[in-house]
Amino acid sequence: MRLDVQHIKYILGFAFLMGFQIGSANTWTVCGTCENTSIKKTIDRAAPHDTLLIEKGTYKEFEILVEKPLVIKGIGYPIVDGEKKGEIFRVTSDNVTLDGLFVINVGVSYTKDNAAIRIVQSKNFSIQNMVLEQLFFGIYLEKSSHGKVYHNRIIGDAVDEYNSGNGIQLWYSSDVEVRKNHVQGTRDGIYLEFSDRITITDNVSMDNLRYGLHFMFSNNDVYSNNTFENNGAGVAVMFSKFITMKNNTFRKNWGTAAYGMLLKEINDAEIVGNTFEENTIGINIEGSNRINYTNNDFIGNGWAIRVVGACYTNSFKGNNFLYNSFDISYNSKLNDNVFEGNFWSSYTGYDLDKDGFGDVPYRPVKLFSYVVNRTPETIVLLRSLFMDIIDFSERVSPVFTPDNLKDAQPLMKIRP
Amino acid sequence: MLKILKYSFYDLIRSRWSYVYFLFYLALGFVLLFLNNDVSKAVITLMNVIIVLVPLIGTIFGVMYYYNSREFTELLLAQPIKRSSIFLGQYFGVSGSLTLSLVLGLGIPFVLYGLLRSNAIFDFTLLLVTGAFLTFIFVGLSFVIAISNENKIKGFGYAVLLWLFLAVVYDGLFLMSLIMFEEYPLDTFSLVATALNPIDLSRILILLKLDISALLGYTGAIFKKFFGTDLGFVISLTILLLWTILPILGLQYKAKRKDF
Repeated sequence: MRLDVQHIKYILGFAFLMGFQIGSANTWTVCGTCENTSIKKTIDRAAPHDTLLIEKGTYKEFEILVEKPLVIKGIGYPIVDGEKKGEIFRVTSDNVTLDGLFVINVGVSYTKDNAAIRIVQSKNFSIQNMVLEQLFFGIYLEKSSHGKVYHNRIIGDAVDEYNSGNGIQLWYSSDVEVRKNHVQGTRDGIYLEFSDRITITDNVSMDNLRYGLHFMFSNNDVYSNNTFENNGAGVAVMFSKFITMKNNTFRKNWGTAAYGMLLKEINDAEIVGNTFEENTIGINIEGSNRINYTNNDFIGNGWAIRVVGACYTNSFKGNNFLYNSFDISYNSKLNDNVFEGNFWSSYTGYDLDKDGFGDVPYRPVKLFSYVVNRTPETIVLLRSLFMDIIDFSERVSPVFTPDNLKDAQPLMKIRP
Repeated sequence: MLKILKYSFYDLIRSRWSYVYFLFYLALGFVLLFLNNDVSKAVITLMNVIIVLVPLIGTIFGVMYYYNSREFTELLLAQPIKRSSIFLGQYFGVSGSLTLSLVLGLGIPFVLYGLLRSNAIFDFTLLLVTGAFLTFIFVGLSFVIAISNENKIKGFGYAVLLWLFLAVVYDGLFLMSLIMFEEYPLDTFSLVATALNPIDLSRILILLKLDISALLGYTGAIFKKFFGTDLGFVISLTILLLWTILPILGLQYKAKRKDF
């Protein structure tokens, strides 16, 4: 009996709330033949917490200012055409939702970062199911937090770095979720600057001019299950702390300065379960300390890992190194990093005591990689008999490579 | 010429050495695939074998065949047959039978292990084509050496030296010169030096398919143009063809002037 009473109380309370909501919020329909034909004017007329339904059609509007909490929802992907005149949506209020619009023609400017959608100092925003094309900047979050960027398609046609913008840019923002977006053909696919506690999941970032994903001075961020493919320079993570990178795929980033992932001044990060496939350089590491590389797959890269300098107390455990031209390239004689229990496809040792680990340590640094570091043209001698002989003799008695840079327990079987 | 070619070819096909060569490749192919169980990995290992062993065997076989069939050649020379057709016939006979052993010996195990269903088929075909080119080039070179040297031991010595030079020493000198002149722009030099050695050239041709991601790591416009586009592939194939024609012309020239 008591339970029932409580139930009824809840239901009554809920109904009251619902009624309040419905009673106060209006729905406005915008279409070519309706009473309201302009998005801008309808926003002016609407009260806070109203809903705008934009019906199918083309709306030639730009600098649409959203300064009250509204839900703006497109039906059948209406086109909002900025005619290259400037910014298109500018949101300055909390609790704004943008949903299902097709936004095109953002004005390119050399003095202002015009964006298709700019969120300024807002909280609890939600940008979802949008399609952005012919853009300069795509979604630009400025000093905003606790929002969601979900399931958007951003397709740019960037040709030069100096007159193109980023797909999704977060600047001084925090606690934002970026999920299931597809970004292609922009300068940087996703760019974070001074943004903390950001979650980036299930995105695809490809064919971008510069980086697929770019971190600057952003801490405590997580990115997982993303795919980065064929970007000008891969993914760059710079000057950031406590970043977690999990189960991402980095593919086909080819070129002289192209990396699957570029780490510069990164401390205390976790890199787990990622796949690096056919990149010129899988991971380029510079000045990064206390990073755990665990259970990653490096397949068919030019260099799986290239350590440029000043990297201490990193640990590489349980990774698969398969058919890379060079497994690890190293440029100093000092080594403070741990390699343990990895699988190396070019390991030639044996396992007599059958414990699953090779009895002979594996030395992943080839002398040839030193030679290539010094004189890059020597790369044409890759896989020649002469180089193989030299590598073999170096492996037997190391002179140039750090003596303790070795995997003392190389796996005999590939980690599944 | 065709008759002599046919005769040399059948003679070699029935000889023991052809079978040994064929069985060697057959065993190699099966063992590689048995140990790796992955066609694309085996292709990489095979590359090392092809660019080292194929030239060696071509050289030795060519010299051996020339000296062994010397009496028969003298007999033929007494007949009203053009000189060039006698030597060219023998040359094509030897290189043809060697190529056949190579293609069949490696092809059978790979086809049995499901090459046709794997996407490594193009790499593998390229490997066999390069192997065939190398056979033709080195048999030609060894014929030229043998025809210029009456002394068997000397001929053998020169031929093996030639192989050693092109397979190992050349790369050593190449590397030394690259490191010595590292201050200068070297990308044109390194590509030209590669083209001057058929073994290096075939290696690059295969690397263009296998290790392209590493080759693109070097900053240089010429490298980028060469490795990044199909240009490199076309140029290397053309030069390899040139390398095949050159010994044949040399052989013709020598054969015409030689006094038996």
